[in-house]
Amino acid sequence: MKSLTFRHLTNSAVTLLMVLATLTVLTPLALIFIHIIKMGLSSLSLDFFTQIPKPTGESGGGMANGLFGSGLLILMASVIGLPMGVLGAVYLTEFGGGKLASAIRFSADVLAGVPSIITGMVAYALIVVPMKGFSALAGSVALALIMIPIILRTTEEQLKMVPGTLREASLALGVPLWRTSLKVMLPSAAKGVVTGILLAIARIAGETAPLLFTALGNQFWSRKLTEPIAALPLQIFSFAIAPYEDWHKLAWAGALVLVCIMFALNLGARVMGRQKRYS
Amino acid sequence: MNSKVHLDNMNVHFGSTHAVKSVSLDFPANSVTAIIGPSGCGKSTLLRSINRMHDLVPTARVSGRILLDGTDVYARGVDPVAIRRKIGMVFQKPNPFPAMSIHDNVVAGYKLNNSLKRGETEEIVETSLRRVALWDEVKDRLKSSAMDLSGGQQQRLCIARTIAVQPEVILMDEPCSALDPIATLKIEELVEELKERYTIIIVTHNMQQAARVSDATAFMYMGEMVESGPTKKIFTTPEMKQTEDYITGRFG
Repeated sequence: MKSLTFRHLTNSAVTLLMVLATLTVLTPLALIFIHIIKMGLSSLSLDFFTQIPKPTGESGGGMANGLFGSGLLILMASVIGLPMGVLGAVYLTEFGGGKLASAIRFSADVLAGVPSIITGMVAYALIVVPMKGFSALAGSVALALIMIPIILRTTEEQLKMVPGTLREASLALGVPLWRTSLKVMLPSAAKGVVTGILLAIARIAGETAPLLFTALGNQFWSRKLTEPIAALPLQIFSFAIAPYEDWHKLAWAGALVLVCIMFALNLGARVMGRQKRYS
Repeated sequence: MNSKVHLDNMNVHFGSTHAVKSVSLDFPANSVTAIIGPSGCGKSTLLRSINRMHDLVPTARVSGRILLDGTDVYARGVDPVAIRRKIGMVFQKPNPFPAMSIHDNVVAGYKLNNSLKRGETEEIVETSLRRVALWDEVKDRLKSSAMDLSGGQQQRLCIARTIAVQPEVILMDEPCSALDPIATLKIEELVEELKERYTIIIVTHNMQQAARVSDATAFMYMGEMVESGPTKKIFTTPEMKQTEDYITGRFG
């Protein structure tokens, strides 16, 4: 039996170590935030949200087209990815029990782990090459491919948590399984599903690599799905590596806005997730 | 008496487990039949086979015949959904739909099937709730959540939901096991009234309950049907030694 003092000392030492480890984890995050806010705030102006980039040599300009482009890409990716992810999860939990289901689950896990640049290449081969040009559509498909496994797996987890007694209640009333899945099970898991969707959107909002050779980027306004389109992360990337001080400033402002969007999405997911759930 | 549901040499397997063994039993129309027996004897399994609730369990296999008005519910081409509309079920734990109001819970069978006709709703809700003696307790708060009700009220709501779709047979799987004695009494009174319109099969491990509510009783043990007959006879002069031991509380 060790002495009481010794045990108290050990306790304090281990606690200290854990606090240090936590601080080490938090430090990079804090540094990134402080730096981006410091650099971004000074460059942020109303122009950033209303103007498109000015030609080389002129000062000012903004990233309005990038913001719009990112919004459009995310919207299109969601239109493609949401139904596939959510309905796929319904299939896995409610209908799939056999080998096909495990194969889908495994593929989704692999797909989630594929580097996003590879996803971009796939979209390039699938859309850009046949259509003979970079396009917003290709970018959306690339982002949707990243979204699907995330939504599929989170939705599946949430559906599994819905009590099976509800499924039985509905079936016993003479409601077919597919209606039961869509009208009883899915709504009961809605909050968790929305949380997963928000996290998936947050994930693709910051993706740059898959857009490099799909959406490509655009210095001007573009609203067409068949043409290259600007996106916020792409603009940050190209402005940050450009040799002009003005452009660097815009890139910092862009980074700040992007981080704020991510922060809001994560916060939203948190709030949704915390709300009371049926048990 | 004419037979409503008839089991003919019925077996249920889960993988390699033989849960219900060669059971033949008759359930007369407009009567209450209680199935009693110790936990794990296969009585719930038997009950769930009647409305094909095992269809979702991949390892479950039902053989033999289960006749509803002379038609085998497991025959080829019979739609399990159609069977479940005729054979309603009330579960052990009250399970109203948590996201729906009291009102919507009653008509859930219609709502979920998109088969609700305008103008009918209020009538269905009132009739069903009156029939389970819940109307007076909830008529002023039909729009509030079903989860605000007590356990006993929730169970009566579940029965209302079941009879709202006008089944012919009602299966009850230990409907009172999660309820207090007063709520239990109300459900039992309800069962007594419901048998005028429906054929009721009730699984219970409460023997007093079986004696109180049922016309006929079947005793199951280890997956086998040991004895069945008029309730009075089973509880006073059982033929089998096992039945006597069980109802006198010597095991189980």
